[in-house]
Amino acid sequence: MNGHVVSTPAWPSTYDGEAKPRMGFFTDTSVCIGCKACEVACKEWNEVPEEPLGFTGESYDNSGDLGANRWRHVAFIEQRILVNGVSESAPDSWVQEAARQQLAEHGLDAHEDDSGFRWLMSSDVCKHCTEAGCLDVCPTGSLFRTEFGTVVVQEDICNGCGYCVVACPFGVLDQREDDGRVWKCTLCYDRLLDDMEPACAKACPTDSIQFGPLDELLGRAAEREAALRARGHTEARLYGHDKGDGVGGFGAFFLLLDEPEVYGLPPDPVVTTRHLGANWMAAGAAAVALAAGVAASFMGGRR
Amino acid sequence: MSSGADGSDGPRGDVRGAVPEKETTYVHGDALGAGPGTTQATRTKVGKGRREGGERAMVPREKPTSYYGRPVIKPPVWTWEIPTYFFTGGLGGASATFALAADLAGNRELARRSWLIALAGLAVSPLLLTSDLGKPLRFLNMLRVFKVTSPMSVGSWTLTLAGAATAPAAASALLGRELPGARAARFAAGALGLPVATYTAVLVSNTAVPVWSEARWELPLSFAASAAASAGAAAALATPVEHAAPARRLAIGGALIESAVTEIMEKRLGELGEPYGEGVSGKLTTAAKALTVAGAALMAAGARRSRPVVAVGAAALLAGSVCERWAVFKAGFASAKDPRYTVGPQRERADSR
Repeated sequence: MNGHVVSTPAWPSTYDGEAKPRMGFFTDTSVCIGCKACEVACKEWNEVPEEPLGFTGESYDNSGDLGANRWRHVAFIEQRILVNGVSESAPDSWVQEAARQQLAEHGLDAHEDDSGFRWLMSSDVCKHCTEAGCLDVCPTGSLFRTEFGTVVVQEDICNGCGYCVVACPFGVLDQREDDGRVWKCTLCYDRLLDDMEPACAKACPTDSIQFGPLDELLGRAAEREAALRARGHTEARLYGHDKGDGVGGFGAFFLLLDEPEVYGLPPDPVVTTRHLGANWMAAGAAAVALAAGVAASFMGGRR
Repeated sequence: MSSGADGSDGPRGDVRGAVPEKETTYVHGDALGAGPGTTQATRTKVGKGRREGGERAMVPREKPTSYYGRPVIKPPVWTWEIPTYFFTGGLGGASATFALAADLAGNRELARRSWLIALAGLAVSPLLLTSDLGKPLRFLNMLRVFKVTSPMSVGSWTLTLAGAATAPAAASALLGRELPGARAARFAAGALGLPVATYTAVLVSNTAVPVWSEARWELPLSFAASAAASAGAAAALATPVEHAAPARRLAIGGALIESAVTEIMEKRLGELGEPYGEGVSGKLTTAAKALTVAGAALMAAGARRSRPVVAVGAAALLAGSVCERWAVFKAGFASAKDPRYTVGPQRERADSR
């Protein structure tokens, strides 16, 4: 996978010689410890407004999801794993027996303890899609593709129409209520311009968040996935690495230890623009039908 | 059928071994916490909906399909102005086309009133859209670029041009004398009325909201028919019965097609279309159907004989059109807020590869 250039519709072609290598994130959730340093660093650097804190009752998650005021969000998932074919809905004694068996066979490496429990943590972020729906639908040109291939909202142009909010298949963008404009991760565009890595990646103590040229990250991620699988973690999978997916691959992709939806991520996101032709065609047909209907209403004289 | 929104999908085998269903106690001060009260154990019913049966504990549980029942996508931030605009834009756009046709047919009474209705609809629409913006003073940024990938950009330009063309056409009709360029303006307005009345369907279908995007084939025709019904009804309401026959025909035809297309859309959406049968959007759908059918029947019954009956029918059709737009709008919120609708079809797609 090393060496291939993942391009986007507006990059690098529109930048002529000024395009930089496409930069991105590889978030390796298998080493995330849920410290939330990324959430804090992002807020600090980008001056993202604070939100009222509280208890969600959802494990250690106290921020909920990505939004206008959360550009990094750490998810916490507590779950029972399937051990040696025993379902997590099986009686506790069966699960424990299967866990002991797995411990004997694979050692401590395969799971956290003998209760068949595991804790997933993952730092979510804007995916900086190759085919970005938010960018496509933005009517003002506020959303644009930077020279680094990332997707950024220009806050001096955004008029808060809210179209990108419903166009994003990941629920990343949202409107800031007191402000009216839409905000999201900029992949620290300002830091990138000064050859600095984004605040979240800088703050991550375990290198769960890795920043770099996308090609390089993709290669590294493939190696990491293979290494985990070789160690028996067959549940390890990359998410968003495939440029053949519904958004042309992510600029910020992940290594997950379960299905994407477990982390609140869509399993097969498709950019709305893929259906744009069909949508306009249907509208064109409807417009023709309307014209025909209007014309027909004048047939038959003035009864 | 028990709702999966509360995480209770019926029997799931040995209760003792099941992951305890904990109550969602979300107290974080965030409106999005108002989503369905589910836990990680929420499973999809949308899609093939594999269900566990019997008492055997060894039947594998379905995979959890959401993160604490939270939405995967964001619900729209759009407010009341948007569905209201769907109505006024549809009314204005279809009225402009209808007015042009009335002019060409030589029905001056009908044409004059329809041009004024068109102007009213197309004049109030930009105000509604501006009012909905997070930064209303930046409404001109809509005309900063033209992007065919953005239905909102295409719509902003189309609406602006349609409004600009309708103004001289309506002024000429009102003054009863031909202003310079009025003839060209009439043709332009009549033509632009068609995209104005239909693009709003693309605006919503070109999103990640399942109940909107999966209805991409039906919504434009539904919106066009609803626009036709409202334009016909408004013209019939304003015009003496002897001149209003085409308006009645447009209204009745639009109403019938709208009712039929809505049925087809709900059928084809299947489980994704559940919001049209539940909650606020369900009530609005029922109201829209009743008002539309009743309005069409009254207009047909009244015809040339009774203006009051036609007027009541027309009012019912206008109300039905408003309800229909609101039903679609509200269904989008319900669809976005329940992760089942987002994840279910995607999981099915991913599994079938």
